[in-house]
Formats: sequence, C-alpha cells, structure tokens
Amino acid sequence: MHSVSVQNLSLKFGAAEVLKNLNLDVEEGEFIVLLGPSGCGKSTLLNCLAGLLELSEGQIHIKGKNVTWAEPSERGIGMVFQSYALYPQMTVRGNLSFGLKIAKLPKEEIEKRVQRASEILQIGPLLDRKPGALSGGQRQRVAIGRALVRDVDVFLFDEPLSNLDAKLRSELRVELKRLHNRLKNTMIYVTHDQIEALTLADRIAIMRGGIIQQLDAPQTIYNRPSNLFVAGFIGSPAMNFIKGTTVGGGKAFKFGDVTLNLVGYEGGAIMDRPKAIIGLRPEHLAIVDEAVPGLTIPAVVEIDEPMGADSLVWLEAEGKQISVRVPVEHRPVAGTKVHLKVDIAKSSLFDETSELRI
Amino acid sequence: MTNAASFATTPSGAKPKPFITWERFVVYAVLIVCALFFLLPLYIMIMTSFKSMAEVQSGNIFVPTLHPTFDAWSKAWDSACTGLYCEGIKVGFWNSVKITVPSTIVSIAVASVTGYSLANWPFKFSEVFFTILLLGSFIPYVVMIYPLVIITRELGIFSTLWAVILVHTIFGLPIQTLLFRNYFASLPQELFKAARVDGAGYWGIFFRIFVPMSVPIFTVSVILQVTGIWNDFLFGVIYAGPTNYPMTVQLNNIVNSSMGGKAYNVDMAATILTGIVPLTIYFVSGKYFVRGIAAGAVKG
Repeated sequence: MHSVSVQNLSLKFGAAEVLKNLNLDVEEGEFIVLLGPSGCGKSTLLNCLAGLLELSEGQIHIKGKNVTWAEPSERGIGMVFQSYALYPQMTVRGNLSFGLKIAKLPKEEIEKRVQRASEILQIGPLLDRKPGALSGGQRQRVAIGRALVRDVDVFLFDEPLSNLDAKLRSELRVELKRLHNRLKNTMIYVTHDQIEALTLADRIAIMRGGIIQQLDAPQTIYNRPSNLFVAGFIGSPAMNFIKGTTVGGGKAFKFGDVTLNLVGYEGGAIMDRPKAIIGLRPEHLAIVDEAVPGLTIPAVVEIDEPMGADSLVWLEAEGKQISVRVPVEHRPVAGTKVHLKVDIAKSSLFDETSELRI
Repeated sequence: MTNAASFATTPSGAKPKPFITWERFVVYAVLIVCALFFLLPLYIMIMTSFKSMAEVQSGNIFVPTLHPTFDAWSKAWDSACTGLYCEGIKVGFWNSVKITVPSTIVSIAVASVTGYSLANWPFKFSEVFFTILLLGSFIPYVVMIYPLVIITRELGIFSTLWAVILVHTIFGLPIQTLLFRNYFASLPQELFKAARVDGAGYWGIFFRIFVPMSVPIFTVSVILQVTGIWNDFLFGVIYAGPTNYPMTVQLNNIVNSSMGGKAYNVDMAATILTGIVPLTIYFVSGKYFVRGIAAGAVKG
C-alpha cells in the first residue's frame, strides 16, 4: 500500500491546464521533494493533495483511502505554509490546539499532544505568547507543531523555509531532517531551492509545465538527468552543454575539431545521431597540461570566479564557453592554453530533437 | 571617541532655516483663515444657545454671554414645538436611535458575511454578482425612492419605523459589502487554507479566525453606517411617517415652525444636540475613519 497515490490527476483553470495527467506514488515514510521553477505546478499539486483545490480529473488515495473528494481535515494530512499562517489573535497554545478543539478531542488529549509537540520542537517556553511576539524561525516551528499535533500520516510543506534568512534556513533544514528521522512520517515538500531538495529528499520529483519530468533519488537526478531540462535545472553552477554529433556507430562525440571517445558511457544505445548534446558538469572536468586523444578538449582560460574553497574557471573551446570547478589554489592564469579532461562515465548525452537522455 | 571634541568645533550640514519663512507664513495664514471659517458658526451656535432670548435680541452675536443659562437646552430637548407636538427634540433622538441601531447591525452582519463569501468562497458567477453589487452603489438614491415607496406600501410597512430601517439596511449593503470583501481579500490566503486544514468550516473560519482579525474594518463600517444613517433626512421624511421622524427631520420642523418670534437660542441648542452624536463619533474614532476610507479605496 502506498502512503500517497496520485492517479491521472489533471487540473484546469479555465482553458489553462495546470497539471497534466499526473501520476505519483509515495511510499510509507518517504520524504518526497517537489522541485521546479515558479509556475511549474508544484504548489498546485500540494494544494490538490491537501484538498484545497478541486481536481478536474483523477484520483488521490492516502493510506489506501480514496480522498479525492474529502475535506482537507478528513485526509489525514498536516500542512505547513511559507508565510507560517499562524492565527494572530491566538497564543501559540491556541494555534496548536485550534484544530483539535474543532475535532472535539477531550481536553487531556489536547493538552498531551500540545505538550509532546512543544517538546519535540522546543517551543515550550513560547506556549503563552502570541505569534506577533515570535521570530521567524520560532513561528515556523509553531507552524510545524500545528501539523504535528494533528497526529497525521502525511506532512505537506509548501516552501516552509523560503521566508527565513540563509543561516536560519540551513539550521531548520537540518532540524527538519532530524524530525523526519524521528517521526518517520511521509513528507511531501515543495521548494524551488535545489539545495533543500538534494539534502532532504529520499526522492525528488522535478516538475515543469504541470508534468513530472523525473522522479528519482537525488544522486540519480544529479548524475543521470533524464532530459535536458532536468540536467540544466539541477546543479549549481549549471551543467555545460555542447552541441555536436555522434559518429562511428555511437563510439565517439564530435564537435568542431574535437572528438571525444564515448566508450564507458553509462546509458542507452548511442548510435549515429546528427544532432546530439553532451552535458558536462563543471565539477567533473579537470584541467590538465597534456592532450590525450579522445579524452581531452583544448581550451583557453578566460576568467575565473573564486568562491572560497573552489573557483569557477571559464574557458573557451571551439568558440564555446565552458566552466570548470577547480580548487582555488589550482586556478590557472588567464590566457593560458590548457586541456580539459572529460570523465565520460559521469557525463550525459542527449538527443537534441527529443531532448531526452540517451 | 577621545578625539570627538576636536571634530565638533563647527556644525556640519546645511544651515538650519528660521522657523518663520515666507512660504510657511502663507501656509499657516491660509490654514488659520479656513479654520476660522468653519469654527465661527460653531462658536456662534454655542454662544447663542447659552443666551436668553433677551440677550439674543440685543444683537452682538459675537459677544460671549454674560448670564449663561441652560434654559434653551432644556427647552430644545423637552418642550420645543414642531408644529404638531411640543415635546422637544427628544422624540426625534429616540426615533433616530431606534432607526440607527437595527439598520447598522443588520447591514453590517449581512455585508460582512457576503463580503467573506465573495472573497474566500468563490462560486459560479460570483464575479458577476460582485460587479452588479458594485454598480448598485453608483446608482443615485433618488431613482429608487418611488419604487421603494410602492414596495414598502405593498409590504404594509410604509410610514413605520420598519420601512426606514429596511431602506437604510438595503442602501448600506453595496458599499459595506465592498468594504468587507476588500478587507477579507487582503488577509493572507494561507491563513484561510490553514484553518481549512484544521477542520474549520464556513462559519468556523468566519467567526473564529476572520472576525477577531477584523476589528478595524468593523469599527470603520460602524462609523460609516451610524453617521450616515443618523445624518439622513430624506429617507426619514419619506418612509418613517410623522410619529417616527428621526432627529434631523424633527430639528427641521422645530427650526421652521415659528410661533411668534424665532427662538434662536432654542434652535441652536437643538441643532447642537442633533449634531453631537456624529460629531462625537468623528472625534473619538477619526483615526479609524480615515483608515477605513483608505481601505475601501485600494485593492480590487
């Protein structure tokens, strides 16, 4: 039994199709991150799961129960919002217990759950304060607590850390991971921040235009992106793309005067394709002095951007800009002629027409 | 900061301007003239109301009274004649209270719930409905007076308090609904979503989440309604019937019915008594009033 199962979900706002025939199965206790650029439908999907938007087509099951038309409170979900959405006129205790009071739980049970949540989230001393008197991080903790007290199967997070400053964000990110390890609930988390996605997720669903482009473990998404969009979206600094052709029955990639040996590439049948794209991550390229036929690209150093431990070096090869990530102490001098060593096992090949990974 | 003293020998920055400059003089002069223009009638009213008729008739309306007396006030309240009765303006005061209180409560209750529905529970054609409502607030009252006379007559309530109350309630609705809809639409949508996830329903969200957050807008609409209804003359004179005339109509009748000489001191006292309710409200809640007008103006 899946914890959450979405089948053929479609959503239309008038003529605009926001979600298109979407399928998603989430395992018990899994941490799923929905990642994508603004307007890709990730928050919309979350709102559909929560029951805050009515679907045009499709079904949603939570814990095996069909909840497609159920009220948000009857779905066994708790939700945390970007703006915290705490009730300003109630104390923290009032915020935590509001839903439980509506569900008409006995007083002792409410008190017990509020106590437990406030211990887990360390907000005990704040219980009698109003949200206005809390900091951003404390507010978001209370918002998580409001989902926690509901004792639900599935947690939904809608960009919960986006309103916090960078330092607090990384602190709460670790805390969220700790919370997930402790509670073992299913969590579905929407974000546009790929660091959050890569660090938190068991599996990431990359979305664009209302369609899930790829649903895989973070490492798989990073190493073997299924199409050009995913490859370009994940990874910072972004992947280098070079247009060329595959020749010799799929044995080599050719662009300009450069030929790269494709033996050892991990993927499908390469064949001879007149239009192909090779994707090389800046961290998978190395700067070497000697040319090795079939393994290196001759290049000229243009500029570099030191980023503390590493430096991003921009080079020109065959009229294309290529970036390489090197340790800051190994930065080459601008104007130097060097060679870029390609690790073909870690590179990605795409068909230019279909944009899919080969 | 040990060297601070050596730096502070001469002041830095632009030279401060003297308080009285030519521009400032003109601004203040205009403001003072305007203030006097509006305050002078009030001053004369208050002074005259404390004078006896003998003193009034001696002229010199600007001179403060030498023998202040409350006679005119008690006469205005208790025994001034309207042409039909001589029971003073108190009858009108209580009529106005009976008209204002229920129409304010009902119109705000209905408008707040309608505004909440329009802002948070969109239904089919809700935008069309809202547009019609909006248009309603731009149609001149005068157009609807006669149809409403017929309607109230058919309902059998013409010339009763119920008729004025009904009319005031209906006419308050468009602008009040607009006010509430815009206010609720400006509250964070995520709050509404959070309450739904917590299991609160239509009324639960309204009463337990939104109303406690909406004290400012409720204050504003109470002010608008109370002052608007209290100051009304037209609907009162048409729909209420002679025994139920509100204070404004009663005041007009007192001032315009003369038996012998005009009792200016009584007229002035009656006028101040009538104006004191909206005046007090403006003074006490001026801040909210301005805020409410601004709230109604921005956002769509």
